[in-house]
Amino acid sequence: MSKKRPKLKPTTLVELPKETVGVYRPPRQQVFRDHRRFGFSNIVLVLVILFLFMPLFVVITYSFNASKGMRWTGFSLQWYYKLFFESRQLWRAFLNSFIIAITSSVVATILGSLAAIGIKWYRFKSRSYIQVISFLPMVLPEVIIGISMLIFFSAVKIPLGMFSIFVAHTTFNLPFVLLLVSARLDEFDFSIIEAARDLGATERQSLTKVVIPSIAPALLSSMLMAITMSLEDFVITFFVAGPGSTTLPLYVYSMIRYGVSPVVNALSLVLVLGIMVIALTFRRFLKTIAASS
Amino acid sequence: MLGGDGKRLKGFDVKVENVSRAFGDFKALDDVSIEIKRGEFFSLLGPSGCGKTTLLRIIAGFDNPDSGSVLLDGKNILHLPPEKRPVNTVFQSYALFPHLSTYENIAFPLRLKKIGEKELDAKVQEYLHLVQLEGHETKKPSMLSGGQRQRVAIARALINEPNVLLLDEPLSALDAKLRQNLLVELDHLHDQIGVTFIYVTHDQSEALSVSDRIAVMNHGKVLQIGEPFEIYENPATDFVARFIGETNLFPAVVRKCVPLHDYFLTTLYIEELESEILVTDYDNLPVGQHVSFTVRPEKMKITTDKPTHVSKDINLFRGIIEEPIYSGFQSKYYVLLDNGTIMKVIQQHANYMDEGPEIEWKEQVYVSWSAEDGYIVEVVDS
Ligand SMILES: Nc1ncnc2c1ncn2[C@@H]1O[C@H](COP(=O)(O)OP(=O)(O)OP(=O)(O)O)[C@@H](O)[C@H]1O
Ligand SMILES: [Mg+2]
Repeated sequence: MSKKRPKLKPTTLVELPKETVGVYRPPRQQVFRDHRRFGFSNIVLVLVILFLFMPLFVVITYSFNASKGMRWTGFSLQWYYKLFFESRQLWRAFLNSFIIAITSSVVATILGSLAAIGIKWYRFKSRSYIQVISFLPMVLPEVIIGISMLIFFSAVKIPLGMFSIFVAHTTFNLPFVLLLVSARLDEFDFSIIEAARDLGATERQSLTKVVIPSIAPALLSSMLMAITMSLEDFVITFFVAGPGSTTLPLYVYSMIRYGVSPVVNALSLVLVLGIMVIALTFRRFLKTIAASS
Repeated sequence: MLGGDGKRLKGFDVKVENVSRAFGDFKALDDVSIEIKRGEFFSLLGPSGCGKTTLLRIIAGFDNPDSGSVLLDGKNILHLPPEKRPVNTVFQSYALFPHLSTYENIAFPLRLKKIGEKELDAKVQEYLHLVQLEGHETKKPSMLSGGQRQRVAIARALINEPNVLLLDEPLSALDAKLRQNLLVELDHLHDQIGVTFIYVTHDQSEALSVSDRIAVMNHGKVLQIGEPFEIYENPATDFVARFIGETNLFPAVVRKCVPLHDYFLTTLYIEELESEILVTDYDNLPVGQHVSFTVRPEKMKITTDKPTHVSKDINLFRGIIEEPIYSGFQSKYYVLLDNGTIMKVIQQHANYMDEGPEIEWKEQVYVSWSAEDGYIVEVVDS
């Protein structure tokens, strides 16, 4: 009729040999050994590092040179002295750059993140067009942006100066902020806004206590990026700068037009050190808040 | 297990009166009326898209009905914004604040109220203890397990001492084992604090095991409200019978209705079975009335030999095993009856089986059930 399941005998327990009982032997670990110590990839790595950092090392070395030319004549800190005590114009330019970088990055971050929120959370007709157009400045050559800005400013009669540079920098920083903040909003859980309301927050409170803090890492990193891009921009600034609004890159350019001044070398080291300190502190900070998202 | 010396809070009764909500032409809620008693563990049960979340959102204040009203403790709350309602929600996705630690997530509602630091800390500690999350205070939500996140969400929703707690499928993201454990914990918690729970789920076994009462919904309508056993044993409609547990359901016509003691012994003709069957019912149904007949698989008997002494009110059919499904404590059989209809029968394995289930594939069997174990579901107007 049908086959029955075979009757199972109870299994007898096998006694383990004494010495293996209770002794844990870790499995033998396989060790990967690189036989060719200087493999191709290592060579490439070293070359790339050299290529990237060699110029920097040269500049730093010569910033301690006693004389002007490319001949090493002895160790001296005279260029640093010159940089800190006899370069008023350079620091003036640095201050200009600093002011523009801070203001334009703050404004770009505010506008860019509001734009990102608007594009993500509200549906309106021209939504996709705005999204595409706002990324244009990112792909356009800087020269073209610079020229068109210049034409625009003269057309609407905005005098070239600090303000025009600020406007230009805000403009080219906007798409980067928009991109970074949109990426963060893509993974944003909207129910936390409702949760905040549910737990007693007003509409304002849910924005300030929940939405903004939870996208803070993106806001901060886009602001940092905007600051660096603004600080280092030369091409666009070159077109829209006016009298009395020389930024640091413009000033350095004007200095080296008549041969490289070792003061610039000294400045390089100071800037590199300053940026490294800032980057490391922020990296720590970013890491701790990144862990929360 | 949620333990500790939590205090009892005050549960409110909730009255949903004739609430309707349409999205365009689509009626997400269609004239829904539910009365929930104070302190009750009430479940909203229904398939996906039946409007459970929509109803919960209306109670919480995230959405407004097109018509109808929601009363809490006798007072209409529809004009209140969510932050003003004595109701808190545990969201399906937990909706924890990603930038805040466990401690700060739970403290969030108190911080909004600007409560003193000492009082705040005491309260947060109390609720951390209630949901057994001590030692996880500093962790961010991303570092917590699913079950821990859910507890943070519950503690955060309870710390405001709401009168009603809304839970929107809080366990659906967890695996089956954890779900069972947390469900028991949730039940304990409910007994402990005495707040009214409105629990949304599409899992019938979840609803049956913890609820005081259940509302079964489909297509935006409430089909039946009752205690778990009522819903299981006396389903009000075809849909309820099929949605809760497993059943055999057939359209039928009343042939005869004979009073017997305090009920009626009813004879039904079932076309699919090409035969008459007997069932008891409390109503005197007119001859010719169209009805639905249902019998639960576990209430039926299955034997390989023809039962010899068949009493008059036993329904007996012969068939062959189309598919046996063995699942440890029971076997489910799809039996192909001689008349071509498939019946589901469940046999409990109460005794130790040395040789496996004795009923096998393609074997001839007899299926029977007593008239008292069948049930007439919905009186369908013809
Ligand atoms: N804002 C909205 N706009 C349009 N339709 C909606 C909206 N919200 C809900 N619906 C529709 O209303 C119906 C009920 O939705 P609801 O979220 O209440 O279902 P549910 O019972 O909670 O389902 P699930 O178990 O899948 O969560 C769905 O068909 C859904 O598509
Ligand atoms: Mg839902």
